[in-house]
Amino acid sequence: MKRYYGIGLAALLLILAANSLFVVRETERAVMLRFGELVNADIQPGLHVKIPWVNQVRKFDARIQIEDSVPADFFTLEQKALVVDSYAKWRIIDVGQFYVSTQGEVSRAGSLLAQRVNDGLRDQIGERTLQEVVAGERDQLMLDLTANLNMDSAVDIGIEVIDVRVKRIDLPADVRNSVYDRMITERNREAQELRSRGDELAIGIRADADRQAIIFEAEAYRDAEQIRGEGDARATAVYADAYNKDPEFYAFTRSLTAYRETFKNKGDVLLLDPDSEYFRYLKDLDNGQPEQ
Amino acid sequence: MAWNEPGNNGKDPDPWGNGGRRGGDQGPPDIDDIIRNLLSRFSIFGGGSKTGSGGGKSKSGRGLSGGLLAGFVVVALVVWGFLGFYIIDEAERAVVLRFGRVLDNTVTPGLHWNPPLIDEVNKVNVSELNSKEYQNRSMLTTDENIIDIVVTVQYRIVDPVKYVIAVQDPERSLDNAAESAIRHVVGGNFMDQILTEGRPIVAADVHERLQNYMNLYNTGIFVSQVNVAAVNPPEAVRPAFEDVIEAREDEQRSQNQAQQYANRVIPEARGEAQRQIEQANAYKEDVIARAEGDASRFDQLLLEYQKAPQVTRQRMYIDSIQDVMTASSKIMIDVEGGNNMLYVPLDKILEQNTSITGAARPRSATEWRDFADELAPYLPNVSSGGAVDASRLSDARSGVTRP
Repeated sequence: MKRYYGIGLAALLLILAANSLFVVRETERAVMLRFGELVNADIQPGLHVKIPWVNQVRKFDARIQIEDSVPADFFTLEQKALVVDSYAKWRIIDVGQFYVSTQGEVSRAGSLLAQRVNDGLRDQIGERTLQEVVAGERDQLMLDLTANLNMDSAVDIGIEVIDVRVKRIDLPADVRNSVYDRMITERNREAQELRSRGDELAIGIRADADRQAIIFEAEAYRDAEQIRGEGDARATAVYADAYNKDPEFYAFTRSLTAYRETFKNKGDVLLLDPDSEYFRYLKDLDNGQPEQ
Repeated sequence: MAWNEPGNNGKDPDPWGNGGRRGGDQGPPDIDDIIRNLLSRFSIFGGGSKTGSGGGKSKSGRGLSGGLLAGFVVVALVVWGFLGFYIIDEAERAVVLRFGRVLDNTVTPGLHWNPPLIDEVNKVNVSELNSKEYQNRSMLTTDENIIDIVVTVQYRIVDPVKYVIAVQDPERSLDNAAESAIRHVVGGNFMDQILTEGRPIVAADVHERLQNYMNLYNTGIFVSQVNVAAVNPPEAVRPAFEDVIEAREDEQRSQNQAQQYANRVIPEARGEAQRQIEQANAYKEDVIARAEGDASRFDQLLLEYQKAPQVTRQRMYIDSIQDVMTASSKIMIDVEGGNNMLYVPLDKILEQNTSITGAARPRSATEWRDFADELAPYLPNVSSGGAVDASRLSDARSGVTRP
């Protein structure tokens, strides 16, 4: 029977130990309650003791959490609609406050935070133009937003917002189509510009080629005429030199050549007077003699 | 093999065999099975449930319970001890939590033992280079254009402790952060820049930004490389973009064609110019040579002429006129014969002659006259020669032209 007591005692001790010891992991923070009253709001990681059935322990994930919001519509300063998808990184810093304000439900904290992020984004985007939201001061926007959130949330929910980021900024479908149209027209413009510039340059190149060709020809004509002139001059000089020795004889020989050239066809008809010098002996044998 | 089914076990002749068979698969489950078998065996003896007989229980229960308990404790300790062994691969490190607290040293590769239930061992692969691809459709750029971009991120876990304890879901954190970083960088650049030479810059910016986020979120992830795998304009506008590329080709093509034209025209012109100059040179040489030839001939002729002018002159004249007479048709009219009514069928003769030669067309009387006028200047030159009366010939010519 004693053994049964022993076993019973051991079992009792075991149950007691199981109910009074608890482990808080490095990834967690815990609060201890005494009959619902918060007695220890910051239990560090490690092995801890509590009084069974008197104390309750609630543990929370103390790691950095992601609150991934659903994409929502926002309006920029110029009333352009945007679909923005954001996420927030946060973690619990004040476990007691967190427990009190959310009943220890992480999902509730998340949705509270998501709502605040949404409101914050709405304000921030509403103060900025589309251009600024997309391009410019996003880091600043996010820093402002994070700072604002921290001011409230740290006190209210006991969490620290580490970062808020925008994952996507999309234009609504109809706006996107008009953006596409604009992009297409821009490209068309660019394509036209390129083609026209090509034509422009091509015309220039052709004109330049034509100009060069004309200049080449003109210069060639000039040079050629000059050369011809030189030739003519030389030839004339040579002729003059030679013929000046006896101009009369030159005229005589040249005329004879010309006669030959002129009347070389059978079609050339000569009506002759027998009195000409050529026919001197035709009529009169002694024509020449008596004159001398 | 469950230990809450003692009846089933009682029928099993050899529970070890079962464990042994399954042991071939993997290490740790093998031990588990053995333990379960052992435990179930103990439950047969000490459990006092369905299999044990009433009499046996009262006797043996008393005798065994002490030893049984001790045995149970010993076996439990052995099992517990066995469960504490684990192997860390070369590529891995392990983060050990003892009662939830992180032990300072990460566990290096090799065989290790940590007390189970007290220590929690988290193995993390720190060597493997992981890769993720992010396909982002419809991203807005600074100039409010839209592009599609594909980015690959390669990363390693460099701080296993942070990786295990600091963030709820490090991989998802990375995904979110990467999307945000890509969004941010694309939003900060102009489309043309991103589509053309800006890709490495985008990659570098995303890399830096992503690493900052990873540090901020304490993920223990080191981003080793970020690549922009592809950037494209959206499907809807792609034809327009391709047209631009085509247009760029067209631009080049037009210029090339023009250049081709130029390359044809200019050398041709140069060649033509060369030809003209060569022709001129040829003309020059030709004219000079002829002149020199003519002059030389004249000189020599003159030399001989001066020796006997009268005779030579006579001879040359008659020779020439003979040639003229021989070559052409002639009609001799003795005008001084007094017969004024001489009829010469000039037209007929001309027709006849042209049909013979087939060359010259018939000329009208006026044309004959003009022709004669053209020749006239030569004729007085001859007559002015003095020594020979060539004017007779000219008279004859006049007679022809003025019938």
